[in-house]
Amino acid sequence: MSFRSAVITFPGSNCDRDMADALEKVSGTAPDRVWHGDAALPDGLDFIALPGGFSYGDYLRSGAMAARSPIMQAVIAAANKGVPVLGVCNGFQVLTEAGLLPGALMRNAGIRFVCREVKLKVENTQSLFTAGYNAGQEIVIPVAHHDGNYFADAETLDRLEGEGRVAFRYAESVNGSARDIAGVLNAAGNVLGMMPHPERVIEPAHGGTDGRALFESAVRGLVGA
Amino acid sequence: MKVRVFVSLKNGVLDPQGRAIHHAIEGLGIHGVQDVRAGKMIELEVDASVTDAQLEEMASKLLTNMVIENYRIERVQP
Repeated sequence: MSFRSAVITFPGSNCDRDMADALEKVSGTAPDRVWHGDAALPDGLDFIALPGGFSYGDYLRSGAMAARSPIMQAVIAAANKGVPVLGVCNGFQVLTEAGLLPGALMRNAGIRFVCREVKLKVENTQSLFTAGYNAGQEIVIPVAHHDGNYFADAETLDRLEGEGRVAFRYAESVNGSARDIAGVLNAAGNVLGMMPHPERVIEPAHGGTDGRALFESAVRGLVGA
Repeated sequence: MKVRVFVSLKNGVLDPQGRAIHHAIEGLGIHGVQDVRAGKMIELEVDASVTDAQLEEMASKLLTNMVIENYRIERVQP
């Protein structure tokens, strides 16, 4: 059974090709490429990915304009029906702006753009996206962002922690994120947003392969094999 | 009619940009500034038919991220 996925491209997305490449290499099937102005998604999707980049030039707030683009209404409807959605970097910002994930991504506490490999701790290994990792496993994934400083009020943070919805945590100081949160899940567990870029480390030529298990987990969980 | 929407960070939300601006002000040799918070002002030119409720909707659904920001709407009298 083939894995049907879609990668959404907004004006200013720049990691959409890497995301599509990662999905194709791991699943064996090339994803559909969907433009932000489209009103509908292809039928029968197993997986939707929102890539990194600078959608709409980060105007107003990172992800704010993309979250209100025509295709996002379809993505929100699909997510609410249980279709898995992965948002990486700008994709994470879009998911919070669209209300699919709690909190907000603010300017890095150190002001600077951070572009380097970082150590992450896998906090939840029960989700569709993280089942292929071991509990407490430390992995190395690159980040490249200016607005990755995760913020939510204390009550929301407590709820996220209590419900096991912190998927990844930085194992080092990166951007000032509340409780070092690098990636969060929605309540149903079918939406994951994360600042680090797993699609950039899926084969040895990339200099690391720690991101591959995320895509393998999703493919295995959704279509078996 | 001109309308201004002032967007500011909520109290308690860290403002690294404000902190950097504060630091730069001190670099000018001017002392006595206690704190700096950076926000933004969005100016709209609207027809008289645009209602307060519509302005509230624009401000709360798009211009402001209510998780981290507050807004204030000001109709500018001509």
